[in-house]
Amino acid sequence: MLRAIDCMTEIPDITIEVSHLVKTYGSLTAVDDLSFTVKRGEIVGLLGPNGAGKSTTMRILTGYLTANSGSVQICGLPVASQAEATKRHIGYMPENNPLPEDMRVSEYLWFRGRLKEMPRAKLRARIDEVLELCDLKRNRHRILGRLSKGNKQRVGIAEAILAEPAVIIMDEPTIGLDPHQIIIVRDLIASLRGRMSVIISSHILPEIEATCDRVLIINGGRIVAQGSPAELRREIFGHTSYRIEFAGHNAAFAAHLTSIDASLSVATIGDCSSDGFCVATLVTTAPEDLGEKLLQSLPVGGYRLRALHRTQPSLEDVFLAATRRSWDARLPDKKAQNGDQRQPLPKI
Amino acid sequence: MRHYFTILSHEVRTLLYSSSTYIAAVLFLGVMGFVFAGILELYGKTPQETPPAVVFFQLFWFPVFFMVPLLTMKSFAEERRLGTLETLLTAPVSTTEVVLGKFSAAYLFYVLLWGSTLGFHYLLKVYARDARFLDPAPLIGGYLFIALSGLLFIALGILASALTRNQAVAGILCFTCLLGLIGGFSYLGELSALNTDGLLPLKHAVESLRIPAHMEDFTHGVIDTRQVFFYLTGAILTLLLSILGVEAKILNS
Repeated sequence: MLRAIDCMTEIPDITIEVSHLVKTYGSLTAVDDLSFTVKRGEIVGLLGPNGAGKSTTMRILTGYLTANSGSVQICGLPVASQAEATKRHIGYMPENNPLPEDMRVSEYLWFRGRLKEMPRAKLRARIDEVLELCDLKRNRHRILGRLSKGNKQRVGIAEAILAEPAVIIMDEPTIGLDPHQIIIVRDLIASLRGRMSVIISSHILPEIEATCDRVLIINGGRIVAQGSPAELRREIFGHTSYRIEFAGHNAAFAAHLTSIDASLSVATIGDCSSDGFCVATLVTTAPEDLGEKLLQSLPVGGYRLRALHRTQPSLEDVFLAATRRSWDARLPDKKAQNGDQRQPLPKI
Repeated sequence: MRHYFTILSHEVRTLLYSSSTYIAAVLFLGVMGFVFAGILELYGKTPQETPPAVVFFQLFWFPVFFMVPLLTMKSFAEERRLGTLETLLTAPVSTTEVVLGKFSAAYLFYVLLWGSTLGFHYLLKVYARDARFLDPAPLIGGYLFIALSGLLFIALGILASALTRNQAVAGILCFTCLLGLIGGFSYLGELSALNTDGLLPLKHAVESLRIPAHMEDFTHGVIDTRQVFFYLTGAILTLLLSILGVEAKILNS
């Protein structure tokens, strides 16, 4: 018990510190000058298209792969020189969650717990605990090779949190799960918030949005955007849009809008139905919500209003915009952003 | 070396679950049983100069060729194919511990299987009612040779498995290495090109590396430290190469 408390006090506020990480496979640069930090208890999502360098970054964090240059510190310890010490702080679930086929669930967890240097007496109780957490109690004596995909995935998660590490790294933990299981896994990950730092990568964007405190969007081995989902929306789009259905003078509409708020403008207008109502998309850079103002002042101007909806760009839009922006920034004729440092990406 | 025994017990369990272990065991005991029965028949017809144990060990290479690949081909190739090598090496264990754990488990089975052939000699003694048949000297020498050479053979199998993700390739690579090691030196020693004066030291070196000759020495009670040294250093070198092989494959992945 004392030892456990010692371990907890040892863990600094910043659990993962990555600076200027570079990893190349031959001529292909998988990770290119990547820097970020993760605080204790934070859940960070890693987003990126295929081949963006997510898995490579995660493997370097775990000490499985070595970087070409740059440094990674886990709980204040450098991974490159003290790999064994940092591995004790990490629970890792690789992509596709490989498991030995001919072991039973409880046997496997026991073996992994012993490898992670857990004392026997504590391990027994802890295995019961994680099986309960991951809803695997009924399957504890089943053979891993015969489990369903969802159950296998949960065994992988149970294994990652088994030794109560300070840092949990999961590569696509929800891939191949049904919606019900995704919710279970999401709740499980959310329950780790505050106690463990979690890095997850995923293609399922609502997934990341629901669980993560912070999102890192990676493309071509570089971070192209980072922040909370709300911050990202503001950063990438810089505007909010409203969808309204109104009836009235179309010609004077734009002028009337600017009188409501200077930044408000019409993006699209069309789809006028036979009853005189038109659908319009309005765009504003104003930080505050203009919904109430619109509802009050449009009828004053003689417009009839029957629908108003504030449309938020989904993380999907953010992701697409951010990755597209990073491709654009890397075209040879557009060197404006980072000068000559950026090289064209290898063709994938 | 804290995790050595954890990995060893895991590997022993994996070997017990694996079908190739039982194939190896059944083939081995079947073949050795037939060999032994054949030897007894030969001795029943005409008197021989050498004790049956010596003849029995002369055929040691035959089971080695199929047993060692069957016991070792799975060790790294299978883990690499499944991807569990990644989970294994991201736990706080070193590659050395993993390689040694897998090596020890396979070696343990190898020695156990050979040890079970002691039963043949015991049965012979019981049914022949003649204590001379259980001649301890060639038996001790023979089994000592098996235990020593097994270190090198199993290490070779582990190395072959560490180099590929395909079990079949690992098995065939191991078989080829064993063939070269056991048969190759005898073949090289007989090359007439080595008979010139300048190459005589080379010829002596090659001849002293002949593994069947080592076996003869051991069963006749000659335990040459040069040969002990050969097997021990050979095994250590092969295991070192296996460790490097596992790590190099990751670096170049």
